Amino acid sequence: MFLIAAAAGPALPDWVVSLTTIAFSNALVVLGLVVLWRAGLVSFGQALYYCIGAYIVALIGRWAGFTDAFALVLLGGVGAGLVAALVGALLARYREIFFAMLSLALSMILYGVLVKTESLGSTDGFSVTTPTFLGFALHGDKLILALYWLTLGIGAVAALAVGTYFRSIAGALAAPIRDNEIRVEFLGVSVTGIIHIKVVIAGVLGGLGGALGALTIGHVDPNMAYWTTSGGFVFVTILAGAGSVAAAFVGSLLFEVIRTIAVDVMPGLWQMVLGSVLLLTILFLPDGLGSLVARLKKRGEARS
Amino acid sequence: MSRFEVDGSDVLTAFAILTDGLVYAAYLFIVAIGLTLIFGVMKILNVTHGSFYAFGAYGAATAVGIYANADWPAALGFLFMLAFGMAVGLVMGVILERGLLRLVYGRDEVVVVLVTYATFLILEDVIVLIWGPGSYPAYQPLVSAGNTEIGDLVLSNYDIILVALAAGLAGAAYWALKFTRYGRLLTTVIFDRETAAAFGINVTLVYTVTFIIGAMLGALGGAVMAPKISVTLGIGVEVIVLAFAVVAIGGMGSIEGALIGALIVGICRAAAVHLVPQVELFVIYGVMALVLVVRPYGLFVRAQPRKI
Repeated sequence: MFLIAAAAGPALPDWVVSLTTIAFSNALVVLGLVVLWRAGLVSFGQALYYCIGAYIVALIGRWAGFTDAFALVLLGGVGAGLVAALVGALLARYREIFFAMLSLALSMILYGVLVKTESLGSTDGFSVTTPTFLGFALHGDKLILALYWLTLGIGAVAALAVGTYFRSIAGALAAPIRDNEIRVEFLGVSVTGIIHIKVVIAGVLGGLGGALGALTIGHVDPNMAYWTTSGGFVFVTILAGAGSVAAAFVGSLLFEVIRTIAVDVMPGLWQMVLGSVLLLTILFLPDGLGSLVARLKKRGEARS
Repeated sequence: MSRFEVDGSDVLTAFAILTDGLVYAAYLFIVAIGLTLIFGVMKILNVTHGSFYAFGAYGAATAVGIYANADWPAALGFLFMLAFGMAVGLVMGVILERGLLRLVYGRDEVVVVLVTYATFLILEDVIVLIWGPGSYPAYQPLVSAGNTEIGDLVLSNYDIILVALAAGLAGAAYWALKFTRYGRLLTTVIFDRETAAAFGINVTLVYTVTFIIGAMLGALGGAVMAPKISVTLGIGVEVIVLAFAVVAIGGMGSIEGALIGALIVGICRAAAVHLVPQVELFVIYGVMALVLVVRPYGLFVRAQPRKI
């Protein structure tokens, strides 16, 4: 899928490429949420890592003058991952609503700090310097394409890595943890340890997504850490379902398309459209669109 | 003056922090009590509570518009504003509970939270549909209440009324829970829903009534705050996350917890605003994170047995 998208890049109009780039950088964050979702945890604070990744990219670009896109994105991911490792030790001890609330609180703390920091532009945020790619400075169309390919590349790597994780034993333990944690502990496995790892994975993915998002949008602001941003990511996770890795990417793309259409068709009421879509999905397709695809596949198999 | 001598301005600041903190705590308590009640009884973290607040505020602004043009006396207008706001909350509570929540009662807690989040998004735009995107000033009750001066400190009478209202509400809630039949039924359902049902308590009815009361309280919070804030889009978004912080600190389902949580957050924020303004936003969530670290379920929660 990624190869097709990459090949199609130059042929598609600019706005489609930009839309897909943003969708796929969001998809990385959603992938992190899927990792946690499988273990029965909903994080309402992924915006924390998204914002950290974005601000690392923006700050290094501004203060150190260092603008290589690859390095910046990697640093964004690593930075967010480090924070995740730190707070993960705390978060891993909570479940369900309290996990969600604590993650929310942490992301709002970052928001509060950023809003009050004048040197970082307070609520206005500041712009991100144009990235270079291994020394090449690109502009206009070529820049958009380059970011697109970068996002696709990182997306593909992340998809492969997470897919491997899901097929590993640690990944397979996610469902048992969701169902009955105590029995998993009886198996001799440290549930807290596994959840900590999942938080870190989600953090790294969130940071990568944020870094790519910052480069594509060209601007960072504290709103990236606000709870409504986290809510948006959770929204996409519900839409896509936690069934597969591909679902995260397709779901993100679909979400961006729906949002664009909603803003176009009902400019004042797009939130209502999104909310309705979310509601209908929860009520009628609780496992997301991924489950719909799986169901159709099964029906096709049963027929043959 | 030596370092340890307290001068007049320090006392003034301390007093200002106390009064500001109390006012802010009063506002938080009125908003949070509905949320904690709904969570305690129904185990639903109701994101739509922000919508109740917003609708209450907008309803109150409309009410102020009505009575200001009709030139009613201030006290009557104030009561009308509150009643109007609560009526809005009542209608919303009934519609949402009957129409939507019925469909998701059996499901996982988190799913229900997401349903309420989706509803919140929809309702944010319903506000735009009904009232448009502009802002509505509703300052008449605030202005007509006047001010009281204590030494150098000027207190708005409206703020004093707010604190009195919150205290009254806390007292009423305490009395209702301890001494009325319905209150005791509620406490039973909060403790253990299944056992309560086994004893013949109509849990479904309790759920409905609780949700409606919670909605009315949320709307009351919005109505009472409408004169103090600019009633515009986004007030629901801000308030819901503050209410969460208070409820998380106090313990979900605990009214004393909501009171103490509101006081803690209120005074900490007032202290931050007066002493270290940079940390104002951060301090609320910092306190929340701190409390959650020490007491994961909040300050006032009964120990729950672990079910295997």
